[in-house]
Amino acid sequence: MNIGWLTLLLLLPFVGAIATMLVPKAKALTAKQVALGFSLVTLVLTAIVAIGYHRNGAEDYAETHTWIKAFGAHYALGLDGVGIVLVVLTALLTPIVMIASWNDASHGRWSEKSFFAWILGLEALSIGVFSATDVFLFYVLFEATLIPMYFLIGGFGGPQRSYAAVKFLLYSLLGGLLMLASVVGLYVVSAKAGEPSYLLSDLMKLDISQNTERWLFLGFFFAFAVKAPMVPFHTWLPDAAGEATPGTSVLLVGILDKIGTFGMIRFCLGLFPNASEWATPVVLVLALISVLYGALLAIGQTDIKRLIAYTSISHFGFIVMGIFALTSQGLTGSTLYMFNHGLSTAALFLVAGYLISRRGSARIADYGGVEKVAPVLAGTFLFAGLSSLALPGLSPFISEFMVLAGTFSRHKVIAVIAVLGIVLAALYILLMYQRTMTGPVRDGIEKLKDLNAREVLAIAPLVVLIIGLGIFPKPVVDIIKPAVDETMQRVGVTDKAPQIPVTEGQK
Amino acid sequence: MSHELTWLLVAVPAVSAAILLLGGKATNAWGHLLGTLAPVISFAFGVVLFFQMRGHGSEERSETVRLFEWFSVGSIKVDFTLLIDPLSILFVLLITGVGSLIHIYSIGYMEHDPRRRRFFGYLNLFIASMLLLVLAADYLLVFVGWEGVGLASYLLIGFWQHKNSAAVAAKKAFVVNRVGDIGLSLAVMSMWALFGSSAFSTVNAGAEHVSSTWATLLGLMLLLAACGKSAQVPLQSWLLDAMEGPTPVSALIHAATMVTAGVYLVVRSHAIYEVTDAASTAVVIVGTVTALAGAIIGCAKDDIKKALAGSTMSQIGYMMLAAGLGPAGYVFAIFHLLTHGFFKANMFLGAGSVMHGMNDDVNMRHYGALRTPMKITFATFAFGYLAILGIPPFAGFFSKDKIIEAAFADNTVIGLCALLGAGITAFYMTRVMLMTFFGKKRWADDVHPHESPAVMTWPLIILAALSLGGGALYFAGHWIVDWLEPIVGHEEHHPPVSALVMTLITLAVVAVGIVIAVLKYRRDIPREAPAGSPVTVFARRDLYGDALNEAVLMRPGQYLTRTLVWLDNRGVDGLVNGLAALFGGLSGRLRRFQTGFVRSYALSMVFGAAFVVVALLAVRLS
Repeated sequence: MNIGWLTLLLLLPFVGAIATMLVPKAKALTAKQVALGFSLVTLVLTAIVAIGYHRNGAEDYAETHTWIKAFGAHYALGLDGVGIVLVVLTALLTPIVMIASWNDASHGRWSEKSFFAWILGLEALSIGVFSATDVFLFYVLFEATLIPMYFLIGGFGGPQRSYAAVKFLLYSLLGGLLMLASVVGLYVVSAKAGEPSYLLSDLMKLDISQNTERWLFLGFFFAFAVKAPMVPFHTWLPDAAGEATPGTSVLLVGILDKIGTFGMIRFCLGLFPNASEWATPVVLVLALISVLYGALLAIGQTDIKRLIAYTSISHFGFIVMGIFALTSQGLTGSTLYMFNHGLSTAALFLVAGYLISRRGSARIADYGGVEKVAPVLAGTFLFAGLSSLALPGLSPFISEFMVLAGTFSRHKVIAVIAVLGIVLAALYILLMYQRTMTGPVRDGIEKLKDLNAREVLAIAPLVVLIIGLGIFPKPVVDIIKPAVDETMQRVGVTDKAPQIPVTEGQK
Repeated sequence: MSHELTWLLVAVPAVSAAILLLGGKATNAWGHLLGTLAPVISFAFGVVLFFQMRGHGSEERSETVRLFEWFSVGSIKVDFTLLIDPLSILFVLLITGVGSLIHIYSIGYMEHDPRRRRFFGYLNLFIASMLLLVLAADYLLVFVGWEGVGLASYLLIGFWQHKNSAAVAAKKAFVVNRVGDIGLSLAVMSMWALFGSSAFSTVNAGAEHVSSTWATLLGLMLLLAACGKSAQVPLQSWLLDAMEGPTPVSALIHAATMVTAGVYLVVRSHAIYEVTDAASTAVVIVGTVTALAGAIIGCAKDDIKKALAGSTMSQIGYMMLAAGLGPAGYVFAIFHLLTHGFFKANMFLGAGSVMHGMNDDVNMRHYGALRTPMKITFATFAFGYLAILGIPPFAGFFSKDKIIEAAFADNTVIGLCALLGAGITAFYMTRVMLMTFFGKKRWADDVHPHESPAVMTWPLIILAALSLGGGALYFAGHWIVDWLEPIVGHEEHHPPVSALVMTLITLAVVAVGIVIAVLKYRRDIPREAPAGSPVTVFARRDLYGDALNEAVLMRPGQYLTRTLVWLDNRGVDGLVNGLAALFGGLSGRLRRFQTGFVRSYALSMVFGAAFVVVALLAVRLS
């Protein structure tokens, strides 16, 4: 049997996790190096796959093997424009998180090496989730990602970590349960139509009655809305991100939560196009509420990590809005947003983590005047913040603008209200910066050390990408395009034509 | 053709900024020199481009330079394209020319600041962004420059961020500008929906086919953006606070260039405003109101920089007013923008020179009689003073006179307001002049006023010369009218009385302003400000703009945020946790999890998997 590229991508971090655990406990440093090595090789491999995908298209990477014949379940992997972007994001953030969290796991409940092994495990499962083309496989991997994340939150982090981990778990399980019902339902529909199959390509051909489609849609959507997370299912995130180590928060918000929005595109729009269109008004309003509510709550936070968590709730609101605007700008923007948000939130969480680890407090009120003693730390923090508020010229701007413009073309009122989010974003970022970094140097800050080489090394690639993709986003946008066209076609929507088309001649 | 290298104008200061900001301490020794060299190179290249452009016929002076495709999504395609035309080249020369002078000046002004290298890095970032703003050929690309200058402004207002007031002022400027950004964002979104593009060429071609409702909406959105960037009412409140920044910043960003970007935006969007009287009228009203409001604020400030900032608001109000008048005013809006760039940069740098000699004191009540110890500063400031008053033959005479004329030709009320503004301007500027350079000395014993070093006075002298000679752009055969007409169009206006009579009336009003100020301020001025009449207090408090913002936006916003935080902790979370408790006593299990029975999770996974299998089999068997 040939081992496909994607299987290799999935196996490599998994093997790495086992190898890391096999290193004797006394040699923590070796274990960490092994883990980092595996994540770097995975990154290189992912880059090769991405370039190949860009050149030759998706065919080379599709794998299908029958898994459980009775259920019609397959071990089926494949890539599309949305999936590849998220796989690349996963492979990119994993080593960055490892480098940034190099010393963060030494006081955890479990051994230091297990922290790194769980990260690799999470990477393997995430890559699987983003490339699964079989609904059953997706469901299993989707639930399985909870395990490493549960241990990462519950094992390493703040005093309330156990509470946060369980809360995360319960919310996710509840969502997963509803999705399970829909997964079973899909099987019923598929079995009734003939030979049961969980392959996406087969399920898309099914003719589902209107009511069934809507119920099945709701099961999936609820699970994804909890994961994304949308208001009012969001309260687990601030707790989880507030208690977890900064590295875990990056993996949680940067990668794991994207499964929610990714799932909305691939499964909600892909399998239930009519129901998706039916649900659009409600979903858009919920997304709008998330945008504004998340931002307002971020402004009101007194804890740096919780603040960043709330900004992400606002950002996820934008992503969902773009998806359900059902325009090519909205969908492209949302996909790009997932990637850019991964970069900017990673930068924000990691630099915040550097800051918090130095002072031993996440309370905003414990800081002041950091810029004076640690200018590089303050500079990178501001940069990360500016990218989070989608400063034009940086990569998140393009995705946020596409989302807003895509929404505007169909739903003017929603878009106009959502634009208020850009003012709120400026407020939550700059208020936090002002309170922590500027003003007179506060007690306990005088001897704060500036960033060391390792810390800069972890942030540098993020900075380069955020600037680079702000100026030249075309490669990523082009990769996303075919998937967006396909989804639009699947849902049966087309962009609104400009009211006053200006032809080339008129120019 | 060297216009294809236009991108170098932007790239040179951008690269310099990157070197200075990323290079760290290694660049401390020579950072200010590199930082100064960058705008000088851009200026030299700008001059070359300008003369090349002059060599072409008047219809062949616009060149677009397409660098690469930024992105394309659906049917929308946005290119990274620059447009170099008679309008943008004037801005290039202003930004890099005045910018270079201010960089040179800053070498001296910031000499003792340990973070001088970073200051130059930020200034270069500003120059690069501002050039991108005026060279971009697509509204979305304009937005990048637009926000870039906003960022530079934020960084520079807050340059001395160890002072809380500076940090707060910086944040305020950015946030208020973001309110304006709502306008620009919505405008570009509307353009995408209307024309399928936000390129200037497409928008200009499509504007005449747009319904009047959309044209008006577009005009108002762009006006909102302009109000933010140009500190026009109702988004004016940030500019006075922005004076927390080092004085060269106030001269470059908050007087000569960035704050005029709103005027640029309106003039650049002339095709839209030409099809909507409603939005054009709104521009005129905003401009007129701000022209008067700024002037009134300027009358009451004892802080020399804030007096000048009020004046800047007011002068930009004049430009805005002119831009709202349509083809009769576009050229004069830009003309006044240029002359104002000269004389206001001159006066701000002059104020900086005074502060430099007065231990950074900004309170004019502590000045007096400085004309003797600071002869060059005094003389150059006087040139700026005469220019802003509009005394012939100084530059402001030509530009402001034309705006007042055009205002009268359009509407008598607007004309009278513009005329009144000129009188108030004469009053507050004379007040600044008298309080600073005349009367008796009021400075403390430990202050030893002295003239600034040559590196600071030479830029003053050059700017003073431009304040005097800048009018040549017009009086030399109406050159600027011919130069800009192919781009923005031009119509002769017809004032109700002859131009000469108008000029005489204006000069008479200005004279009245001067006389009142002299009568009031020739006597001794107390070192402490008197309580003042209600009108004075009204003006001192910036016409209660901040109080209004606080009452209407900030306070309610804070209450809303606090309530939501409380609700989120108690309400939403409590509700969901409560529901969880209802469903099978999950909360009890929750506690058990916390005690460390992590393994039970694995168990529940097994149960879950088993459930799936059973469910699937059940369905299959049925």
